[in-house]
Amino acid sequence: MMEPREIKPDELEALALGTGILGTGGGTHPYLELLNLKKLQREKRRIRVVAPDSLKDDALVAEIGFMGAPLISKERLPDPSMLSRALVSMERFAGVRFSAVMSSEIGGENGLAPMTVAALHDLPIIDADPRGRAFPEMQMSSFVIAGLPLYPTALADVRKNDMIIAKSQNAGWTERIGRKLCVETGSVLATCRPPRTGRQIKDSAIHGSISRAIRLGASILDARREHGDPIEAIINNESATLLFDGKVVDVERRTAGGFVRGSTKIVATDKREGSTLTIDFQNEFSLARFGDEVLAMVPDLICVLDRATGEAVGTETIRYGMRVAVLVLDAPAALKTVEALRVVGPKAFGYDMKYRPHSGYKEKCEVV
Amino acid sequence: MKRIGIDVGGTNTDAVVIDGDQILGSIKTPTTQDVTSGVVNALRQVLKESKTAPESLDAVMIGTTHFTNAVAQRRDLSKVAAIRICLPASASLEPFIDWPSDLADIVRGDIYMLQGGHEFDGRPIAEFDEDGMREAARSIRSSGLSAVAITSVFSPLTSELEERAAQILLEEAPDVSVTQSHTLGRIGLLERENATLLNASLHQLAKKTTAAFTEAMEACGISATLYLTQNDGTVMLSAVAQKFPVFSFASGPTNSMRGAAFLSHLSDAIVVDTGGTTADIGMLRNGFPREANSVVEIGGVRTLFRMPDLFSLAIGGGTLVTRDPLKVGPHSVGYELPQRSTVFGGNEVTATDIAVAAGLIDLGDPARVADFDKQFVADAVEAMRSMIADGVDRMKTEAADVPVIAVGGGAFLVPREIPGVSEVIHVRHGEVANAVGAAIAQVSGECDQIFQGISREEALAEARRTAENRAKDAGADPSTIELVELEDLPLAYMPGNSLRVRARVVGSIG
Repeated sequence: MMEPREIKPDELEALALGTGILGTGGGTHPYLELLNLKKLQREKRRIRVVAPDSLKDDALVAEIGFMGAPLISKERLPDPSMLSRALVSMERFAGVRFSAVMSSEIGGENGLAPMTVAALHDLPIIDADPRGRAFPEMQMSSFVIAGLPLYPTALADVRKNDMIIAKSQNAGWTERIGRKLCVETGSVLATCRPPRTGRQIKDSAIHGSISRAIRLGASILDARREHGDPIEAIINNESATLLFDGKVVDVERRTAGGFVRGSTKIVATDKREGSTLTIDFQNEFSLARFGDEVLAMVPDLICVLDRATGEAVGTETIRYGMRVAVLVLDAPAALKTVEALRVVGPKAFGYDMKYRPHSGYKEKCEVV
Repeated sequence: MKRIGIDVGGTNTDAVVIDGDQILGSIKTPTTQDVTSGVVNALRQVLKESKTAPESLDAVMIGTTHFTNAVAQRRDLSKVAAIRICLPASASLEPFIDWPSDLADIVRGDIYMLQGGHEFDGRPIAEFDEDGMREAARSIRSSGLSAVAITSVFSPLTSELEERAAQILLEEAPDVSVTQSHTLGRIGLLERENATLLNASLHQLAKKTTAAFTEAMEACGISATLYLTQNDGTVMLSAVAQKFPVFSFASGPTNSMRGAAFLSHLSDAIVVDTGGTTADIGMLRNGFPREANSVVEIGGVRTLFRMPDLFSLAIGGGTLVTRDPLKVGPHSVGYELPQRSTVFGGNEVTATDIAVAAGLIDLGDPARVADFDKQFVADAVEAMRSMIADGVDRMKTEAADVPVIAVGGGAFLVPREIPGVSEVIHVRHGEVANAVGAAIAQVSGECDQIFQGISREEALAEARRTAENRAKDAGADPSTIELVELEDLPLAYMPGNSLRVRARVVGSIG
């Protein structure tokens, strides 16, 4: 394994901002996880990041993340020891010894939470994840897309209940069974997904996720320091398109099938003054359109950011009157294959349309 | 109804007498170190000025910066014992985890984390550790701490454990002052706990301050009801407010904006409140300040209070202006303006001196600034003008021209014309807009709860009823209560159509 790089305390804020943006509305700035990481660093625990390519093919990696409702964690504060129990119970069940940790999704709280476990166990964390963003369901993963099973999966609740889904008919069933367990135990569970090998990660994970998050956050922090425009800074440093600059004039939410569904309307305050962008969401932002004309859709990353601070705005926190910028970041290539689109494309979110990459619409969006 | 509104600021104490919609008189006096004598001065002067008999008054409403300043300046704070009912959840992030260390060193007493707390749906996380609570209570008594903050997981939804814990605590340590987190509102354990700790830590100062206000009223022969203003533009009976000093944080800017709305008869406008040191720019919507979206920090501590969205500029009547190179602020002579500025016989050049030299206002001795270089004065006026214009533009949420209401003692610094502004309005009594805002404050009630298994309509109605009952308890006349905010939020990954509803009502004091 190549020498891991240690994350410095002053990089954590950038990481938190970046994972918030990659949450595409499903999560926001993971403040509580950031506090956990800062505390671990004060206790001299190390957060070490390593590139996926430096893994040995037969190395075993723990894929870690919380599942459940973000709001619950605002009261039952996220605790690294819960994730740690899921990891240990998987090691026992599968009879393996993990040599590294990987995040189950880089977007939102789960971009940071696995680092706390890595720090507790003094294991490195892999600069990769199976989503490159946030998704609402467990089976929406590049490993599942690559045909790997989503079992065994270990789950741990806030008490002393450790659970294993030993085998499932398919990944969808792991999600359905896991979701039941999750609700019964208070709507947040720590999970350790099936052990992944170094080879599988090299072939099927999305590489560079942590680096991307830090880069995004650092752009914002640099701009703030220089009193510049954080949105412009992101566009200059990332392959991102500014779709819209405007003000939230309507938010409509409802619960359907256990998810927050709805849409928000944003009226332009830039040179397209008066025109209205509609963004649909299903926990995350899923589709952006002018009337019937679709401009961006899943799996591309539709990110709504506070116009002044550059901080991510979530589907649960977006409110009337907010000044926001809507950015679209290209989805990783692994999410855009024919197989991938079946799992994470517009049809998987109930839209009867074919995926068209945002880049195909760019000329219509008057890149600013 | 006849009432007095008072705003006790860092520099000035302003007071106004209002009868219905009529302003009978207003005054401005320097704030004194000793609270009582400053308020006595203000009361006496304003009664005299307005020719009001003390016994004819119905209410006195006071807005104060005492509590905000105590936290900001780290003084007059009590040490607090923190009790959190949460285990086995929430163990890794203990109370005070995100406090600035200098403040935590002053406020942090013993910390007790106990088994208990609730799930979002009201089920217990684990059985409440009553024995542990009793042990904690005994140990608090023997340690001699006078203030205790109790926070339980999901207590805004069900407060029973905090109430039980307080009961045990008072059985063992009857003299302590207790703040229970559910009385301060919202979901968000850490932020709610922070507010609870701050509140507990201010209990002695709150008692002392409200006693001083009552004493000042008695000294002036006023027997009217005393209210304190809160950050949302409403008031609480002083007996209640004394238990919740944190609710008065940032009430000053809110009062100014509410006062500006009242004086101008406008409900949608930008307000520029210029004092001695800063100009606070905010946006009025339906007569209330637009609130900041983000989490609000008080003295570096993260809380969930709703605060007006303000943009503060370092420009005020006492702001220092230098010539070579031309520089306006950020330093100010503040409350020493009457001694240090040129027109008042001092040696410093302040924004006030520039305004007098430019003929914007007649103050002090204009002859003392008559020989100021014309170009310098013009440049300085232009610099202030463009700073204020830029600040106004930042707060604008629409492209159309909006009116600006200029209030505060330094309102003369606001230019008559600003790009993107339909008109700049200077109102009579604008220099005491904050006291006017205090005098016209209403009472409110709020509810923030998760509902399950009932329809959306039922949940909205239930939340509204709870908020209305709270407003009535706070002194509102039921016939005047109106809904100002009703927001519902379906919750992801939760069963049974879970819905979080937030309702807020306001009403006039009955």
